[in-house]
Amino acid sequence: MTFRSTPPPIKDPADLHLELRPCQRFSLDNGLQVYAIDAGAEEVLQVDIVFQAGNSYEEKNGLAPAVNFLLKNGTPSRSAFEINEFFDYHGAYLNRNCHNETADVVLHCLNKHLPELLPVMCELLTEAEFPAQELDIYRQNMKQRLDVNLQKCDFVANRLIDEYLWGFAHPYGRYSTHESYDALDRNALRVFYNKHYACGHATLFVAGLLPKDIEAQLNRSFGQLPLQRKPLAPAAHPTRRASERRHRIINQPDGVQGAIRMGRSFPNRHHPDYPGAMVLNALFGGFFGSRLMENIREDKGYTYGIYSFLQHHLTESAWMVSTEAGREVCEATIEEVYREMHRLREEEIPTDELQMVRNYLMGTLLGELDGPFQIIGRWKNLVLNGLDEGFFTRTIETIRSISDVELKTLANRYLQEETFYELLVI
Amino acid sequence: MIRFDRFNLSNGLPVLVHEDHSTPMVVVNVLYNVGARDEDPGRTGFAHLFEHLMFGGSVNIPVYDDPMQRAGGENNAYTTNDLTNYYCQLPAENLETAFWLESDRMLSLAFSEKSLDVQRKVVCEEFKEHYINKPYGDVWKLLRDLAYREHPYRWMTIGRELSHIEQATLPEVKRFFHKHYNPANAILVVAGQVRLEEVRGLAEKWFGDLPSGERYTRNLPPEPAQTAARKMEARAKVPIDAFYRTWHMSGRLDDRYHAADLMTDMLGGGGSSRLYQTLVKEKKLFSSIDCYHFGSLDPGLVTIEGKLVKGVTMANAEEAVEEELEKMRRAPVPEKELQKVKNKTESLMAFEDMSVMSRASSIAMYELLGDADMMNSELSRYQAVTAEAVLEECRQVFRDENSSTLHYLAEG
Repeated sequence: MTFRSTPPPIKDPADLHLELRPCQRFSLDNGLQVYAIDAGAEEVLQVDIVFQAGNSYEEKNGLAPAVNFLLKNGTPSRSAFEINEFFDYHGAYLNRNCHNETADVVLHCLNKHLPELLPVMCELLTEAEFPAQELDIYRQNMKQRLDVNLQKCDFVANRLIDEYLWGFAHPYGRYSTHESYDALDRNALRVFYNKHYACGHATLFVAGLLPKDIEAQLNRSFGQLPLQRKPLAPAAHPTRRASERRHRIINQPDGVQGAIRMGRSFPNRHHPDYPGAMVLNALFGGFFGSRLMENIREDKGYTYGIYSFLQHHLTESAWMVSTEAGREVCEATIEEVYREMHRLREEEIPTDELQMVRNYLMGTLLGELDGPFQIIGRWKNLVLNGLDEGFFTRTIETIRSISDVELKTLANRYLQEETFYELLVI
Repeated sequence: MIRFDRFNLSNGLPVLVHEDHSTPMVVVNVLYNVGARDEDPGRTGFAHLFEHLMFGGSVNIPVYDDPMQRAGGENNAYTTNDLTNYYCQLPAENLETAFWLESDRMLSLAFSEKSLDVQRKVVCEEFKEHYINKPYGDVWKLLRDLAYREHPYRWMTIGRELSHIEQATLPEVKRFFHKHYNPANAILVVAGQVRLEEVRGLAEKWFGDLPSGERYTRNLPPEPAQTAARKMEARAKVPIDAFYRTWHMSGRLDDRYHAADLMTDMLGGGGSSRLYQTLVKEKKLFSSIDCYHFGSLDPGLVTIEGKLVKGVTMANAEEAVEEELEKMRRAPVPEKELQKVKNKTESLMAFEDMSVMSRASSIAMYELLGDADMMNSELSRYQAVTAEAVLEECRQVFRDENSSTLHYLAEG
């Protein structure tokens, strides 16, 4: 025995003080609500405008992501190239993302360039033209990319498990096809853009070392956009789950691995079970020290990695297990996942293990709240989900105090083998 | 400006401390000066396999991850052809846990058969997931083999083939450890909510008594200058033909490096880059195209890769790429375009510096290059690049006899 055999004392991160730094809120002349975090050491900014323009609002499959992607590909006064060159010249990144309910346009830049960049960003949000030529290239290149992706077992599995869970008619369950790309027409793009971006409802999130005149700068730009003050009513979509729960697909006959997806529906973040389920998920497959990883990677070597996670949407979430495993051990992997669910339902959870999970979750949460972009990310999540700081506090309280008995109850409520869709794509 | 302090332990371990009191976290980063280039050609993939074994228990600690997670920490590691880097981030209160864990595995591993057995399988699955079971997954295996004849960059970090990993034995693991994993071949960086004096005390306590080990002298065969263009054709079950061409470029410490880096960014860095604009948008010959390099420490490769639009012939695609390169070789790029890629670089650095973890790994990386302080003059080296230097670089690099071309064709 040397001094090395004794671990240094630790402070349980579960006891650390943790709070979400408050954010500034103000609204611009046109009613656009702004959430702002002023923090950081570098002179950099993130400006993130979120529209109700996700695929839940599209009438044609693939319209929402096409509009989101192409809105920076031309205005009456600037070509796609000129727009790209403009942002590149200022060392700025203008990204866009399309989700199920929302779609955003995000600017990252050095503070000194903000005054020049904001007007052009606003131009894209009011005057995008969707040139026919750009749409043609998009259609052609996306179809080619799709053909490549369809050879990947993980890509195919991700699409199919969503379809089983929600049905192809549901925005959470549908995916792009050659036909959906072919059916995109310029007029539909423009109509969607006008309704959901140019004259849509939006929320603005800014973070970084904010310039003193940030409010004035935002008002001169975003504050003048003809946006709607009132949000759109959420679109309702019927769910049509697959009747068959067990699926085996051969996508590549000579594939050496299989993609495994096992999923079930789970209520959204408003449900009282959510914070506890998050802790249970960590224990089950949520991080490197989880049971799935310990058993299936670190003991059996079936896979490079296996995770479980809550796949969030605004209206309803899914609880998912995901891995790629050696072809000959795929069935054994699925069996082990069920065995771990069974253990969580039936066996006591060792106090030691539970403490480790609490500490891990709190420690990483502390790390994840480090920096302005991370903090605004949390706020964005709360705001878009219609939650408040209380949700954050309750989550922390649950990490600290949830008992093994409560976790077992949750396992019995949700981690039931017969409630999971099970998919293997070779 | 990233400020740091440096001291050396008596066993030779350099310790660099970067204080940042705005964060509640600390980062401990340990870089070992060993990568896939240091492997035996008959045992490729070993440095990376070894990285996995570093989590399989050390002499006094059964498992690395468990106490790390208990302390609220997260950790990971990566191996490249040049180096192996281990990093963790945890609440500042538990800094000493990281010292305990990192020093114990630098002292000695547990060398368990079980861990070797499992990690061989895990790495084989990693190999399959990224390089076998993916369309175009074996491209870099082919390209490295084509472009390099002598230098060990001729194999990928993951290894040349599965069998090399499957056959790794415990005695080999031990030899590798004793050769490369010791204070003489490591760099320790501690960053975040720490004080220099505290780090000094902990470093002495946990690393001070480790035997220094022998400093590894790298003696790699240099890659001879290429004198004739190389070409290769591969056929695979992919939906779309792809074009790959590489050219030898200078190493990371060469004066030419920064011009080469900016040159690749002009050609292939996103929406306003030359190749994308002319070949994807205007001529519609490629559905995607990129130009990049890996920032290798030894002389590396500039690569252009693109997927052809269906129906376009390889000859037409290739000719169009050459036309663009010819423009770059003929006259200096416009000032505005040069300024654009410099601005992009400036901003990229500012964004990278936001994270303590990224600052810590940069400090370690530049220290490996010779002096961590180089990171603070890096931007000015980019600013100093002239259009003439870029022109010269294009002429040096984009020569036919310096190139290796792979036509990766859809079967059937």
